[in-house]
Amino acid sequence: MARVLLFGRLADQAGWRDRLIEADDLSTLREALAADDPELGDALAAPGVQIAVDKAIVRGEAALTTATEVAFLPAMSGG
Amino acid sequence: MIVTPTVTLADQPFEPGALVTAFCAGRQETGAVATFVGLARAEQGAAAALELEAYPGFTDAAIEEIARTAIERFKLQDVHIVHRTGRIAPGEAIVFVATAAGHRREAFEACDFLMDYLKSRAPFWKKEHGPDGARWIEPTDRDRTDAQRWD
Repeated sequence: MARVLLFGRLADQAGWRDRLIEADDLSTLREALAADDPELGDALAAPGVQIAVDKAIVRGEAALTTATEVAFLPAMSGG
Repeated sequence: MIVTPTVTLADQPFEPGALVTAFCAGRQETGAVATFVGLARAEQGAAAALELEAYPGFTDAAIEEIARTAIERFKLQDVHIVHRTGRIAPGEAIVFVATAAGHRREAFEACDFLMDYLKSRAPFWKKEHGPDGARWIEPTDRDRTDAQRWD
C-alpha cells in the first residue's frame, strides 16, 4: 500500500490528487494505475515525469511499504 | 559560522515591507542587504490569477538546498525566502528573497542567483487563469538561459 500523490497537469488529467493504492513496488503501482486509467498510465510514463518516493527523487525501481508516499511530478515550472 | 536559510511557503498574501524590516533588524556585521520582490502581473487582462502548486516538504527542501549553495558560494550571513502558493491575484507578491552579506556585491549576486533558480528550476507547478480558461505554464527560454549563467 502506498499513498500516491499527483501534481500539476497529472492531477487535472486524473481528476484526483491523493489516493491509497495497493502495490509492493513502483512497477506494480504503475500497472495498477494504468489498469484503472490507461491514459493516466501513459501520462505517468511520459518523459519529463519524475517520481519522488518519500520526498526523494528515484529513478528505476523502488520497494513500497504501507507508509510510503509516491509522488508523480510533471515538468516543474519554477515559481 | 553555520548559516541556516529560512524558507517559507505561504498560502496567504504577505507584506514584503514587514519582512525587510525584520530581516534588517539587529545586525552588527552586515554591510549589505539585497531584497527582491516578485509580483503577479495581469498581462493586460490575460492573467486573471496565477495558481502555484507546491509539494510541501519537497519544494521547501529543494529551495533550502539551493539557498545553502548560495550561502557558501557568496559567503552570505543570512537568507530569507518566502514563496506564495495557491491562487495569487495580479499585484500580489509571489516571492520575497533577502540576502545579507558583509558587502553589497555578494548580496546582489546571491539575490540574482536565487531568483534565477526559483524562476526556472524550483519545484512548483504554475497555472494561469485567463479569459479563455486555465493553462499550465512552463519556464520560458529566457528563464532557462538566465539560470545557465551560474552553471
